[in-house]
Amino acid sequence: MTPSASLAPSDRASGRELSLQQQRVRSAFWFLAPMVIALIAAAAWPLLRTIYFSMTNTTLSSLYEGQWIGFDNYLSWRTLSSGKTIWRGTLVDPAWWNAVWNTVRFAFVSVALETVLGLLVALVLNAEFKGRGLVRAAILIPWAIPTIVSAKMWSWMLNDQFGIINDLMLRMGVIGQKIAWTASDATSMYAVLLVDIWKTTPFMALLCLAGLQMIPKDIYEAAKIDGVHPVRVFFRITLPLIRPALMVAVIFRTLDALRIFDLVYVLTPNSKATKTMSVISRENLIDFDKFAYGSAQSTLLFAIIAVFVAVYIWLGKVNLTGEGR
Amino acid sequence: MSASRLFYRIGFYIAVVLIVVISVFPFYYAVLTSFKTGTAIFEVDYWPKSFDLANYDKVLTQATFPRNLLNSLFVATSTVGLSLLLAVTASYALARVRFRGRGLLLITILAVSMFPQIAVLAGLFELVRYLGLFNTPFALIFSYTIFTLPFTVWLLTTFMRDLPLEIEEAAIVDGATPWVIITQVFMPLLWPALVTTGLLAFIGAWNEYLFALTFTSSETTRTVPVAIALLTGASDKEIPWGPIMAASVIVTVPLVVLVLIFQRKIVAGLTAGGVKG
Repeated sequence: MTPSASLAPSDRASGRELSLQQQRVRSAFWFLAPMVIALIAAAAWPLLRTIYFSMTNTTLSSLYEGQWIGFDNYLSWRTLSSGKTIWRGTLVDPAWWNAVWNTVRFAFVSVALETVLGLLVALVLNAEFKGRGLVRAAILIPWAIPTIVSAKMWSWMLNDQFGIINDLMLRMGVIGQKIAWTASDATSMYAVLLVDIWKTTPFMALLCLAGLQMIPKDIYEAAKIDGVHPVRVFFRITLPLIRPALMVAVIFRTLDALRIFDLVYVLTPNSKATKTMSVISRENLIDFDKFAYGSAQSTLLFAIIAVFVAVYIWLGKVNLTGEGR
Repeated sequence: MSASRLFYRIGFYIAVVLIVVISVFPFYYAVLTSFKTGTAIFEVDYWPKSFDLANYDKVLTQATFPRNLLNSLFVATSTVGLSLLLAVTASYALARVRFRGRGLLLITILAVSMFPQIAVLAGLFELVRYLGLFNTPFALIFSYTIFTLPFTVWLLTTFMRDLPLEIEEAAIVDGATPWVIITQVFMPLLWPALVTTGLLAFIGAWNEYLFALTFTSSETTRTVPVAIALLTGASDKEIPWGPIMAASVIVTVPLVVLVLIFQRKIVAGLTAGGVKG
């Protein structure tokens, strides 16, 4: 860093301006270096190693003895002497495609419902009423509870024998007999969706609320004077105006939903109907000692998310960085 | 008040009550359950009937749970400290200095924060083993920077962009170097933002499960989420719901208190990350 004394106001000629800018860029470099190094060490390098592992036959017990086998973990085939071709690899693994389907289904339904519910909650909170602060505090509670704790709390509430949900629904006559929500394949996805929506709608609501509060009040007053029906006001004024905020919120939530792991892993262990891409990858990586195979699956998940982000940004023209405002 | 207006108001307040009840009830029920022991646990009650601290006593004295709590506290605090330290200078550069590739760098940082953590798990596992960090808190502190660091940089950059340009110009005119600007001029203005960012990062690190599950292997090095997930009874059939709920309440109460105290700051932080773009 050059001595700052040379930057006295008297000699701020145009040449000095340039050197000031240069000096700032140079210090910016040193300010950024530690963070960039940390991110390379914790993110970029491990990612590259994962991709490398996915092309070897490494196992958990012998991390350094894996051999390069190209794309065999993804797809390989062998023609038998009888002329029959045998396909192997993740891309022809029905368990993998089941996980892909579960993840996509989960992401789509949860984000769609969270957006609608979040918007509704935000509309309620945007109105002036007594105790609004209290309600806002209350909806922060599901968000703040650790995912594992929510999974445990809900698996107790959804318990087939002693759960309060079954008790409540029996009393209200909604169901005829007790249901094993988390254990049965028919209902486990509903259980995961229910808990996820409960937990993340507050986040959506707060983002929507921030968007709503940026809309100038006089627009509404003008609409009121013109006698426009409230529903029409919502679809013609409110929704278009909060669309940018909503787009960003939806992309954040979708990315979060696509990588979901802990809720599924704890709430519905061993259920084939909820196993997501992250869960199946982690099982292969660590639990089943198919380290390289799991690496291939997690690489695929990464690729899917990368493609999704690229398409979404391209289609929606979302300005994520806030640069050039 | 006309009939339709009355109808509308009643509907509105029903919605408000529903939102509050649905948000709070699961936690309320966990607290209720945590005070029950023996067969009382298997009876569904909607109102508190018993007040028995046996579950709390069991969790806090018999198991390794206190140790897990300390682990979580240490890991989360260190992660926040490390991230803030690296992020303050970096976000100054990103928010205030014009240089080529800034937009690209910002996008990259954002991309890392949206990363599926499972994609780095294999590589991190190898690295953690190689560095001899496996089964220590440092493995977690190191791996948690992957999500806390991009997030803190992102948020602090947004906050710093909003600081008035005049302050910095005045400091430059007075001959302050960028380092002096950060430490002497910006830090005093920025501490509310630091509290918000630190709090959100703390909650993220406190709640993390995947890395904690993978990079620790013994009961004494586990963090709380892993310990709670792995609390089991003598057999598969006997899940110890009482102690699980007590542990859950112990872990959650500090967070809920923090959230209620810093409500405004947290909302500001959450929305700054998302909406300002």
